Amino acid sequence: MGLAKRIIPCLDVDNGRVVKGVQFVDIRDAGDPVEIARRYDEQGADEITFLDITATHEGRATTIKTVEKMASEVFIPLTVGGGIRELADIRRMLNAGADKIAINSAAVFNPDFVGEAAAKFGSQCIVVAIDAKCVSQPGEKPRWEIFTHGGRKPTGIDAVEWAIKMVGLGAGEILLTSMDRDGTKNGFDLDVTSAISDAVHVPIIASGGVGNLQHLADGVIKGKADAVLAASIFHFGEYTVQQAKEFMAAQGIEMRL
Amino acid sequence: MPISTTSQSKSTVAVIDYGMGNLHSAAKALEHVAPEAHVIVTSDPETILSADRVMFPGVGAIRDCVGEIRRLGLDQVVSEAIQQKPFLAVCVGLQSMMTRSEENEGVDCLDLFQGEVKFFGDQLKDTDGSVLKVPHMGWNQVAQVQSGHPLWNGIENNARFYFVHSYYVSVTNNGLIAGQTDYGFSFTSVIAKDNVFAAQFHPEKSQHAGLALLGNFMNWDGQS
Repeated sequence: MGLAKRIIPCLDVDNGRVVKGVQFVDIRDAGDPVEIARRYDEQGADEITFLDITATHEGRATTIKTVEKMASEVFIPLTVGGGIRELADIRRMLNAGADKIAINSAAVFNPDFVGEAAAKFGSQCIVVAIDAKCVSQPGEKPRWEIFTHGGRKPTGIDAVEWAIKMVGLGAGEILLTSMDRDGTKNGFDLDVTSAISDAVHVPIIASGGVGNLQHLADGVIKGKADAVLAASIFHFGEYTVQQAKEFMAAQGIEMRL
Repeated sequence: MPISTTSQSKSTVAVIDYGMGNLHSAAKALEHVAPEAHVIVTSDPETILSADRVMFPGVGAIRDCVGEIRRLGLDQVVSEAIQQKPFLAVCVGLQSMMTRSEENEGVDCLDLFQGEVKFFGDQLKDTDGSVLKVPHMGWNQVAQVQSGHPLWNGIENNARFYFVHSYYVSVTNNGLIAGQTDYGFSFTSVIAKDNVFAAQFHPEKSQHAGLALLGNFMNWDGQS
C-alpha cells in the first residue's frame, strides 16, 4: 500500500492535432487531442502530458485553446511542454489549466530559467525534460549526453550531471527521453533511467521506446522510474491504459486500478 | 419546481485568488460537479464573505503564498469565513492555515489551526529501506479517520487521490485528523473541524474520487 506508479499517455500536438513520429520524423496523424485525452482519462490514465511541437505563432494560440478545453473536461493532472521559454509562457499555460510545465531547450540555453520558474511557481509544477543519447562506445563505461532541438543538436552536457543540476535549481520532476529508443518500440533505455533515478531525489518519468506492456513494467522495476510515458501503443489502440495498469499490477507494481 | 430552481441559482462558491499557481483547475472542477452553481474566482473580501461556500486552493511556495494572502487582507477573510460557512482548503491552502511551516527557512502561517508544516526530507525511506522520492507526487491512498464525515460520502475508504507536495501537516490536536496517508510514515492528509475540511491532496485533479468529494462539498451544509 502506498504511492502508485503512474502511467502517462503523451500527446505530441502539432497545430491542434495529435501526431506521432518515429525518432522525431515521419509524423502520423492520431486525432483530436481533447477527444484522445478524454479516452485516456476514461481508461484510467494517471496524468496526461501534452507536448506542443508547433513552431508557428498561430499554432501556439491553438495550443492554449486546446489546453483550456482539455482542462475543463479531464480532471487528472496535465503537463504541458514544448516551446516554453519565458515565465510568461508558464503563466499562460497554468492559466489555461496546465498543472505542470515541462521545460526542455530553454533550460539548456539558460539554466537559471529553471530556478526562476521554480521560485515563482513552485517546484511542484516545474518538470525538466531531458533528451539523452548514449555517446559511449560499446565496452566503455556508459555515458549519455543531452540533445536539443528534438534530438538533433548535441550539447556536450552529461545527462546524469545535468539532471542533478536541474534538481538543484528546483526541478520537481524529470521527464527523461532516450533519443536512441524514441519511436523504436524496443523498450526504454533502462540504464540511463536507473542512473538518473539513483542520482536525484525527485520523481523520474521514463520515456522513449515503449513497444509492449513488459517495457512499461521494466521501466519501473529495472529502470527505477516513478512514472512511465508512452504514446503510440495507446494512440493506435494496441493496448488500453487499463490493460497496461493491470499488467503492471500483476507484476507486483503498486498501481491505481 | 420553481422553488428549488431559485435556491440553486443563488448558490455561489468563491474560489479565493491570491495570485498564486493555477486556480482555474479548481474552478473548472467545481463548475463540472455543480453546473447550476455560480463559481467566482476572486480576491475581493466582500465577495468571498457573501458567498455560500468558499474554496481555498493553493500551489506554490509558502512564503510567497502567505505573503500574498496577508498583503491582500485575505488572512482576516479566511479567519472569518472558517467561522461561518462550508470551507474547503486544498494543499497550500491547508498548510497556510497552520501555525508555522519549515519551508523557505521557516514561515509563520495564519495559525488558524495549531500545528507545524514539515519537510519530508531528502533521505525519506520506505519501511523496506527503499528510497522515497520527494516531492510526494502521484496517487496515494487516504484512510478516512472521521469516516462518517459528509465529504467522504460515497467515497471508498483508502481511495486514491492525487498528491504533489514536499511538506506535510503535523497537527497538535489529533482530533482534527480526518484522513491519513502513508509515505514512509503515516501523515495527516486531511483535517476537518465543524464547517472546515482541508485536504493535502488535490480533489480537482483526482478524477472520480476527487469529483465526488467536490460534489459532496457543493451539497454540504457545514455540519460534520
